[in-house]
Amino acid sequence: MKFRRLLALIAGILPASLIAVIGFLAIYSWPALRFNGWHFVIGTTWNLGNTYGTPILRDGVPMLPGAQYGILVLIVGTVLSTVIALALAVPTGVGAAIFLAEAVPGRMRLWLSFLVELLAAVPSVVFGLWGYAVLIPLLGQHVFPVMEKVLGFIPIFAGPTGSGYGLLTAGIVLSLMIVPLIAATLRDAILAEPMVLREAAAALGATRFETVWKVVLPGVRKILIGVTILATGRALGETMAVLMVSGNALNYLPPNIYSPVSTMAAFIVSQLDSALQDPTGLAVRSLAEVALVLSVISVGVNAVARFVLYRSGLKGARV
Amino acid sequence: MSGAAMTADLPVEAARRTRLRRRRAGAMAGWTLCAVAFGLLGIAMGWILLMVLVRGVGALTPTVFTEVTQGTGGGLLNAIEGTVVIGIGSMLLAVPFGVGAGLYAAQFSHTMFARVIRFMADVLVGVPSIVLGYFGYVTMVEGLGWNFSLAAACITIAILCLPYICRTTELALSQVPIAMQEAAFALGAGEGRVAFRILLPTAMPGILTGILLAFAISVGETAPLIYTAGWSSYLWTGEIVRSPVGYLTYAIWAFINEPFAAANQLAYAAAFLVTFMVLLISIGARLALLRRR
Repeated sequence: MKFRRLLALIAGILPASLIAVIGFLAIYSWPALRFNGWHFVIGTTWNLGNTYGTPILRDGVPMLPGAQYGILVLIVGTVLSTVIALALAVPTGVGAAIFLAEAVPGRMRLWLSFLVELLAAVPSVVFGLWGYAVLIPLLGQHVFPVMEKVLGFIPIFAGPTGSGYGLLTAGIVLSLMIVPLIAATLRDAILAEPMVLREAAAALGATRFETVWKVVLPGVRKILIGVTILATGRALGETMAVLMVSGNALNYLPPNIYSPVSTMAAFIVSQLDSALQDPTGLAVRSLAEVALVLSVISVGVNAVARFVLYRSGLKGARV
Repeated sequence: MSGAAMTADLPVEAARRTRLRRRRAGAMAGWTLCAVAFGLLGIAMGWILLMVLVRGVGALTPTVFTEVTQGTGGGLLNAIEGTVVIGIGSMLLAVPFGVGAGLYAAQFSHTMFARVIRFMADVLVGVPSIVLGYFGYVTMVEGLGWNFSLAAACITIAILCLPYICRTTELALSQVPIAMQEAAFALGAGEGRVAFRILLPTAMPGILTGILLAFAISVGETAPLIYTAGWSSYLWTGEIVRSPVGYLTYAIWAFINEPFAAANQLAYAAAFLVTFMVLLISIGARLALLRRR
């Protein structure tokens, strides 16, 4: 009994640290929460105010004259880059998973799967470096101008195409970072589907691809949904790679898919230095509010994903 | 034979053949698309590794390992040392609590608290790393007045690694046969003795794999360190608080944006070191795991 209690005390650090993270962020950002109100999520302007002005008092909170904190632009940037990432990553992930599970013989499958999992281990800042050094020049100078010519009749694909930093670039890099998660989880799920189902489909005269597409895939539907939500959570909170390729636009709603954007996570990194210029501390507290909003969204998305995955019977899902 | 010729002329049979041809074409297209999807992944992976390898090796000079950063040039000794020190420090903090949480979740898996730990670990994995970094900044760097420091960096990274260590430990422990535990209990062993003599030793390779993977994560992280470790061009002073630490991932992010070729070279060298450190650890850990199965 004594051992169990001691162990519980040590184990309790994990839940306690999660609660501490959310709790301290909430306490620290409380003045900003009260000051900004709902305007925080619907306002489109992030302005520190006059940093040389005398701080004034509003609603009991000291602030710089003219300061306003609205992050709608960041929310839009975060959501759009995640949507683009998912639109690219889900089909690719499903295709790669089918290829790995159904088209490749055993020994080779092990090595090719290994390759996919290695991609998941590459650090985020290295993805950012690749995006910055390779992808941006390529997309900005060669791909985007062609896309604009071919697809320009659709409003979001119309020019100007910019320099390569922007929404689509961020989406592509993000998609590469979440594809391994989708592909590896789905491959395991496909391999775990009962053989009897395949045999039954084959006996009915289905081709092998029809068996996979119409019998096996519907069976792993819930796992696909769960892991897609999980990947969404990861894309929402990804910081370094997005920071390096998104262009970090400020107070600017993207008019097209090439346009520079910023996401909540990248914004926290790019703005701390300037937020520290605010002697009242309200800017830093508002940044804490961004972190709080981001963590609440991510935790919510993640909890839903776990719920779906638990329900689908996938225990011990990949972390 | 004349029967076959006759059936071929029947409209039903012709329709069946067209349908079969269409189905075969569909299958062919489907397999091709799947192969293309996998090919895209492979190309991206190869491209990234090749870039890091080619530009990284080109930038690796002896001074990278022997000198500290000076302005926009010099070496990366300070960053290499910082990355290792932060990694070891955060593991020292995270391993006892992570393994403890995993042990509780596995040994008392049906209790309410075990369920809470499991759920919280899964949720903590989903908290963006930059949020953890900001938490470290608000509480330790500012709140406790530690400034940018090793302690703030290690605690933040430790929180980041906790859920990974917890979940891999639990997974490894859950594969220990129940019969072994029952035998130990039958011989009169208590819960503590079962944990330390049966569960942990049997599952040790799996637990170590998890710790190695967590170490790899700590080497590759950037966002949570920017606000907690800061950056220093000097070797670690041995101080735990009030003295910033340099680390490799910062060098990648900060130096690639400098307009100087020497700084960019350092960024590529750092990218090479980080990527291959992380990949070697991951490959080693996974191979060890594969060999045991």
